Amino acid sequence: MARNGVFSRRWRAEEFDYLCPSLDSDEVHVLAVDDSLVDRKVIERLLKITSCKVTTVDSGRRALQFLGLDEQESFVRFDGLKVDMVITDYCMPGMTGYELLKKIKGSSFREIPVVIMSSENVLARIDSCLEEGAENFLLKPVKLSDVKRLKDYMFSEDRSRTESKVMNKRKLPETSSDDPSKPTLSPSPSIDMSSTPSSEPSSSPGTFSSLLYTDSSSNSNVSSMPSSPDSLTRRLKMRSQDL
Amino acid sequence: MLGLGLERLRADMNRLLALLFHQGVLDEQYLQLQQLQDESSPNFVSEVVNIYFQESEKLLRNLRFLLMDREFSDYKKMGVHLNQFIGSSSSIGAKRVRNVCVAFRVASEQNNRLGCLRALELLEHEYCYLKNKLHELFQIEQQRLLAAAVRYPVQH
Repeated sequence: MARNGVFSRRWRAEEFDYLCPSLDSDEVHVLAVDDSLVDRKVIERLLKITSCKVTTVDSGRRALQFLGLDEQESFVRFDGLKVDMVITDYCMPGMTGYELLKKIKGSSFREIPVVIMSSENVLARIDSCLEEGAENFLLKPVKLSDVKRLKDYMFSEDRSRTESKVMNKRKLPETSSDDPSKPTLSPSPSIDMSSTPSSEPSSSPGTFSSLLYTDSSSNSNVSSMPSSPDSLTRRLKMRSQDL
Repeated sequence: MLGLGLERLRADMNRLLALLFHQGVLDEQYLQLQQLQDESSPNFVSEVVNIYFQESEKLLRNLRFLLMDREFSDYKKMGVHLNQFIGSSSSIGAKRVRNVCVAFRVASEQNNRLGCLRALELLEHEYCYLKNKLHELFQIEQQRLLAAAVRYPVQH
């Protein structure tokens, strides 16, 4: 099969919610998988606001098709659609997020980080996902701060640097101490995504009044809170206390 | 005079939001959605909420249909619908609807037909209330945008 990206079967654009034929190699391209249309819309917006390119699909099967991993091995992956991260819901009919995770980690795309989202805070589920190689586990409903933290944690290079155009170099997480031979880029400060720096509004239930509408344009680009890599476990612990 | 209208509309919107929060109809996730709305996606909240309405009404129809069968109620299928309903409600911050769905799910897991019927009635009521209030909220916002456009016309 030719390497110039010719498919053995034509892709139908309507199969995917969003098809991006040309990608700026600097931009992070995320494949989001969720059977709920509401959740797909929300996760797409969360990712776009954090300057990611997003492709959304409604099932694990479609996700594998998009990656070129489904049964028809003759697929050639279109280089322009390089996926930098997969974020998937856990509970889906047909193939669950867990099964999708296993398929990806058992394939030639095992390097692609996979993040699991779930509305259930079940420790056993979280453990088994992390054991299968999931990069992270987000509790639904997913918030902007979750996605910002995730993106900063995984792709924290300054994208305005031109040398990163060559390869999509990823800053390795500081906690991955299991492989000391892996080169790490020099740490960069967490990227402030907002054009007008603003503090992240408090999200505790009692202070919603601070977030009520004002006539100035809404502060959609909030800067992320500085966070340490082990904040995931802390968040999970905090969550279980809230429930 | 127009400036006063704008202020009052903003106050109306805040008051309605505060009420819905106080009643537990909405939770902070709704505010998250508002944070995602900006000039590049100015109708984001209403778009998501409208999708939620469409999906919810389908789920409610399905649930009612499943319960109408007196011979055999497919509680497992009900559970699947309820899981979807719980998920989407949680994603937009529809707290009370979500909580009723959770109670409904418990009844379905116990094959409790009467409990399910009661829960469905309550769910339909809560959903109606939510839908009406959100429509009200969107209407006020539309008026506010119109008033702002008149007050601050775009200079060409």
